[in-house]
Amino acid sequence: MTARDPLELDINLILSQKVNLSAVERRCETLVKRRSVKKRYQADWLLKAIQFMDLTTLAGDDTPARVERLCHKARNPVRKDILDSLSNSTALSTAAVCVYPELVRTAKSALEKSAVELASVATGFPTGLVPERTKISEINAAISNGASEIDVVINRNKVLTANWRSLYNDIKAYKKACGSFHLKVIIGAGDLGTLRNVARASWVSMLAGADFIKTSTGKEPTNASLPVSLVMLRAIRDFHEMTGFKVGFKAAGGISKAKQAINYLVLIKEELAEEWLDKSLFRIGASSLLADVERQLDHFVSGAYSSGNRHPIV
Amino acid sequence: MKQNNTIMNYGPSPESSSAAYDWLSKSKKKFGHFINGKMTNPKNTFKTINPSTGEVLAKISNGTENDIKIAVKSAKAAFKIWKNVSSFQRSKYIYALARLIQKNSRILSVLETLDNGKPIRESRDIDIPLVARHFYYHAGWGKIFKDEFPEKEPFGVVGQIIPWNFPLLMLAWKIAPALATGNTIVLKPAETTSLTALFFAELCMEALIPPGVINIVTGDGKTGSYIAGHPTVSKLAFTGSTEVGRLLRKQTAGEGKKLSLELGGKSAFIVFEDADLDSAVEGVIDSIWFNQGEVCCAGSRLLIQEGIQKKFIAKLKRRMEKLHLGDPLDKSTDIGAINSFDQLEKIKSLVASGAKEGARVYQPKVKIPADGFFYPPTLLEHTHQSMNICQAEIFGPVLSVITFRTPNEAVEIANNSRYGLSTSVWTESINLGLDLAPKIKVGVVWINSTNMFDASAGFGGYRESGYGREGGKEGLLEYLRDRDLSTKTTPINSLTKDPSVLKISKEQNIDRTRKLFIGGKQNRSDSGYDRKIFSRSNQIIGQVPEGNKKDIRDAVEAASKEEKWRNMTAHNRAQVIYYAAENLELRKKEYADILQKMTGIDGEKEVESSLETIFHYAAWADKFEGTIHDVPIRGVSLAMKEPIGVIGIVCPNDNPLLSFIHLVFSALCTGNSVVAIPSETHPLSALDMYQVFESSDMPAGAINIVTGNRETLTQTLAIHMGVDGIWYFGSKEGSAIVEELSTSNLKQTWVNYGAHYAWLELSKEFRMLSLHKATQVKNIWIPYGE
Repeated sequence: MTARDPLELDINLILSQKVNLSAVERRCETLVKRRSVKKRYQADWLLKAIQFMDLTTLAGDDTPARVERLCHKARNPVRKDILDSLSNSTALSTAAVCVYPELVRTAKSALEKSAVELASVATGFPTGLVPERTKISEINAAISNGASEIDVVINRNKVLTANWRSLYNDIKAYKKACGSFHLKVIIGAGDLGTLRNVARASWVSMLAGADFIKTSTGKEPTNASLPVSLVMLRAIRDFHEMTGFKVGFKAAGGISKAKQAINYLVLIKEELAEEWLDKSLFRIGASSLLADVERQLDHFVSGAYSSGNRHPIV
Repeated sequence: MKQNNTIMNYGPSPESSSAAYDWLSKSKKKFGHFINGKMTNPKNTFKTINPSTGEVLAKISNGTENDIKIAVKSAKAAFKIWKNVSSFQRSKYIYALARLIQKNSRILSVLETLDNGKPIRESRDIDIPLVARHFYYHAGWGKIFKDEFPEKEPFGVVGQIIPWNFPLLMLAWKIAPALATGNTIVLKPAETTSLTALFFAELCMEALIPPGVINIVTGDGKTGSYIAGHPTVSKLAFTGSTEVGRLLRKQTAGEGKKLSLELGGKSAFIVFEDADLDSAVEGVIDSIWFNQGEVCCAGSRLLIQEGIQKKFIAKLKRRMEKLHLGDPLDKSTDIGAINSFDQLEKIKSLVASGAKEGARVYQPKVKIPADGFFYPPTLLEHTHQSMNICQAEIFGPVLSVITFRTPNEAVEIANNSRYGLSTSVWTESINLGLDLAPKIKVGVVWINSTNMFDASAGFGGYRESGYGREGGKEGLLEYLRDRDLSTKTTPINSLTKDPSVLKISKEQNIDRTRKLFIGGKQNRSDSGYDRKIFSRSNQIIGQVPEGNKKDIRDAVEAASKEEKWRNMTAHNRAQVIYYAAENLELRKKEYADILQKMTGIDGEKEVESSLETIFHYAAWADKFEGTIHDVPIRGVSLAMKEPIGVIGIVCPNDNPLLSFIHLVFSALCTGNSVVAIPSETHPLSALDMYQVFESSDMPAGAINIVTGNRETLTQTLAIHMGVDGIWYFGSKEGSAIVEELSTSNLKQTWVNYGAHYAWLELSKEFRMLSLHKATQVKNIWIPYGE
């Protein structure tokens, strides 16, 4: 999580991005069938998936009690008897919880003395259509209330109108406001129309100083998908090659099944390097996913399929 | 964190093979042939092994000449039943096979992987689903082909010989269209991969396919040659090496068997600087490291635009590091075992020879299993077209790299091969992709994609990659033929009038010197000799040059260089052809006169019919067009009809002007360039046509005319490597010689086996046939989406 300064915006680099939709889809369709993880290996992968999770609640009806429950689950993501059967010795928790700025203070105290990071969304989440100066004060408030990671949204209309310079300047300002705190930039892929725009927005975000690029708010018409993720991962790979900086990746929205989580891990492993399979470089933003993962782990240790009511809800 | 990362490995994930072994044990691991609806007792057995372990899977029978005789006999008997089965019923049988394949898809996948060595991921996700799709698609044709082709009929007994790289898929490609069109079948699987075919035999019994309709005889090359040589087999379909394809063409020369060959390749995978490079890298993986590279259409020559070479190769090498080689039954395996020891040795020796020629060999660090026939994914750098490794088909996981500078150079390098099967073109510019596709001489072009197959789209090659198509309407036509279009009487022999009483003008004309017509110019023959041409009443009525080998050489060269005609719009081609009719009509009387003198038949009638024929093909010039196949992707496959290239046309003596016009104009109207040899005995009016061509804006080289001794000239044409097709209308013996000599570069042949045709009353079928013979289908796959 080393903070880094923004790099120069190279418009030609942004415009030269090439993405072939059919070929990207084919890669995603076949990749998940090319690799198979079974039995104990699968259980270990799922335990890793939990440690990559940003356990999230971002709803209009969020209350302090709801956030406290979320935080408790983040610290105790899997029933103890299952973990014992798995002989899991390491302390297990999700990577972070992710909440609205208003609830950061509640979460902060609920996560005391835990390894769970606290992420707050900001910058007029989920659309980003608020004045830039209120966005900066939102980031400042989240940080002063105790957030260690800030998930900002970009103003998608700047992508759709090809206003790359302005988008770059926005993100640069968020970066400055975050200082050494972790900046995740949500590109809102479902609003961007094409994978080419996904690639371009990813590059602008990385050049402007994003520590992570993140697929979605979870509120767009389409959420994280393997094709969107593949395009972003390839951008991260090229960026690393060009600059030496490792940018992290967060998939968010619509990932609710254990099998999907495994697919994302496979995608990271195959398209990036092993070192990205680390919570400093990879996150899954989710809420209901944890319940399915826990059920799968239960199935692995007991041999019987479990039901939802036997696992504490998020 | 770091420490925990070491556990993020895939671990073993083997597909269970117990059901497949149970099935093998049920037959005590010994198999006979499937003949007349029953399995025969195992005899003359040989071992079939698992190439990834060396384990003997079963013993299968080596088919003898007698086995083939019995199989063909039962197929012949079954044909009487099968051809009269209602289309609905036939469709239901094929549908049942499709369903049964789906129901047994997992055991078939496992069996295929055990016997062939290919990864279970591929047999499960690619081979077997395509097999089922092929039967479904053709179940449909079984129902409707008679509506679509009312004049056509099945051949009868067809012989089919298939390779070991896609055992069951190739069986499906062969059997499904043959069944749908009412043929009965004798099929031989490859020696090393017969098990799924034998399992399929059981499905045939379960589907209650009438006995004898499908016969499967296992064995080696010799068994195959018995099928090819059997006189009852009237159509032979082969997929395999170019070498064996040649042997089969030779063996069947002159027998009148319809032959389709799907042979080798050395396909180009072209990447332009404006491509999505990461996706193109995946394309390379799917192209050359699919099925261990044991794919006839594998993109074994990577053509990269020079400016992106370094970047692309770096990406490719990094991707190669991620390939998993190993147990084919493991679900995470990308590259399985090479099918046989012999094939492995061939790959090894070709790579060694490449290294000796100066290629730099790159192989990622992969663990190679101790047992079995494995070969790592291999990239050969510093390779050039002048190296054998860039010309020879390796049929293994080996890729060579060549750079190019411009689109034209990419086309030139792609076409710099004796083969012509497929090409992948990667560019984000639709202009560039669609510009390149027609310029590359191959049967399949994949734009921003690779190795895509479907029952609805034809697959097959140009040049030494063979002829005939599998899949689509074009593939179905390979199993249908026209009724006998020949006539027993010839126009000259049927002449009743005494030629001496025919009215012929007797005025003294200025002496006329006829020349050869080569490259748009009137040339004297190289020999310096002329041959005298006699009238019906044995008077000398003219002389034609005695053309020789060198004249043929020059004519073929002129035809090969011709580009204007080929690239002209169809509308403009039609205009030139109509104009030729205008110019012939102006001189109608002169042509009729000469014809009448030469042959004694009604010259006026023949010229009139010639004019009509020219109009006929002018009409077709802009209407004999391609189709769009509805392939199961977001995209289309354009089935374009392309000219064969240079066609040598050896004309008959019957109706010497009209037959010349029929054949030459059907070839010309579809964009071919032609070297024509007019009738040997009556060449005058056909040769005189050069005056019509000259005055009709026909581009130089599009049509070349050489007169002389038919058989000598024909032989020179037949062995000429620059001739892509040869049409021969002469004797039975001559036809056999043409078919045999055509093996030099596997040119496409159309011969008459000595038959005669009623040129004045030519059937619609014949006219259509000539257009089909003049063209070949190229399928261009275009996935789209942004």
